[in-house]
Amino acid sequence: MQDLYNVYQNSYLFVFVFLLLGILLPIVALTAGKLLRPNKPTPAKQTTYESGIEPFHQSWVQFNVRYYMFGLLFVIFDVETVFLYPWAVAYDKLGIFALIEMLIFMIMLVIGLIYAWKKKVLTWI
Amino acid sequence: MIDQMLAASPNLMNTFLFFTIAAAFLMVILGFVTYAILAERKVLGFMQMRVGPNRVGGRWGLLQTVADVLKLLIKEDTIPKLADRPLFILAPVLAFTPAFLVLVVIPFSENLKFADLGIGLLYYIAISGITTIGILTAGWASNNKYALLGGMRSAAQMISYEIPLVMSVIGVVLLTGSLNLNEIVAAQENWAFIFIQPVAFIIFLIASIAELNRTPFDLPEAESELVAGYHVEFSGFRWAFFMLAEYVYLFAMASLTTVLFLGGWQPIPFLGFIPGIVWFALKFILIVFIMIWIRGTLPRLRADQLMSFGWKVLLPLALANIFLTAIIKELINSF
Repeated sequence: MQDLYNVYQNSYLFVFVFLLLGILLPIVALTAGKLLRPNKPTPAKQTTYESGIEPFHQSWVQFNVRYYMFGLLFVIFDVETVFLYPWAVAYDKLGIFALIEMLIFMIMLVIGLIYAWKKKVLTWI
Repeated sequence: MIDQMLAASPNLMNTFLFFTIAAAFLMVILGFVTYAILAERKVLGFMQMRVGPNRVGGRWGLLQTVADVLKLLIKEDTIPKLADRPLFILAPVLAFTPAFLVLVVIPFSENLKFADLGIGLLYYIAISGITTIGILTAGWASNNKYALLGGMRSAAQMISYEIPLVMSVIGVVLLTGSLNLNEIVAAQENWAFIFIQPVAFIIFLIASIAELNRTPFDLPEAESELVAGYHVEFSGFRWAFFMLAEYVYLFAMASLTTVLFLGGWQPIPFLGFIPGIVWFALKFILIVFIMIWIRGTLPRLRADQLMSFGWKVLLPLALANIFLTAIIKELINSF
């Protein structure tokens, strides 16, 4: 039991070490680069790239609502997946009752998917 | 050795050792990325009846990528005046860090593994989702029309294909009854899951290529329409970090495919005398080669084809696969 607890703690220690390294590498590499690379900024260099012409307006604009629809669908199905994972892990202990229950849950979401399909939310123009 | 260290009670000495091991592993990853890029260019070259890089570092161009990285390191770094500066600096880090962070749960052989998490698979999926935010941040912060279009497309594509990706894996979880990747490999001692879950494997492979933004799903950086997508404004080493993240994800995805479907370090029958790490490497290289092969063969999809394929084909197929697996399992148990 103590062993299991140690493995648990050490595993997250490992995750933390990886996180530290993942952040350190960009910092070290970019700092090293800063010492090595030339730095001669001119206004022309610092303009936004727009295939050679002078850029006009900002690009922070309102975006097509379609992206939002896909975001919403993603959230629905991702949450569903979060429910599916524990069910799949504990399936051996839960048995046929949980299977039917999950089928009903799933069918309701599939109805949602079909509705979105028929409403042409899934077609990208 | 790592097993014993994991079982010991946490102390400062071990933490330091963990750090050394992880740093050594990071070097291995960087070596992989260097030669994966070269291998990709070489293989693509041969597939298109060209030679590929052959000048720097002998006939095989062995130092080509090293030279490229050094060039990027001493290249001037320009941040556009109109860009959102803090986010612009943050974006490459946000894209790269999760790519390295997911590798901690992957077991490479019986002895060579890092964290032994009970929820390994869920951890991988949860962390890999953060990269989408990094790419979207890059597109937004650039204040460039191409970059924003690329970033938004990328976000839409990655969230659309994440659903089939995570759902195809549930079939494997059902058969194993665990999210621990070590236990998933152990469950494949007799039969690799590619034979038991072929549909899940195909869905997973397609969705993982889409998650990696590789051809035929490379719309976010479609050169011919968006110049380079979300990283147009990035130059020098900041750009290199996006490239690095992409190839580290290639490593991670190919490893995960090996672990989930090809049986990880489990040998092919009668060849058990060859060590597990060699088996892992062989299967891993096969997956990477298939991904390069697909890139060399298929043309890019259209945006509407991409979306309808993900939602109308892969998602229903993944759902059907889950329930077929569950029902067949129930039938086998009851007879």
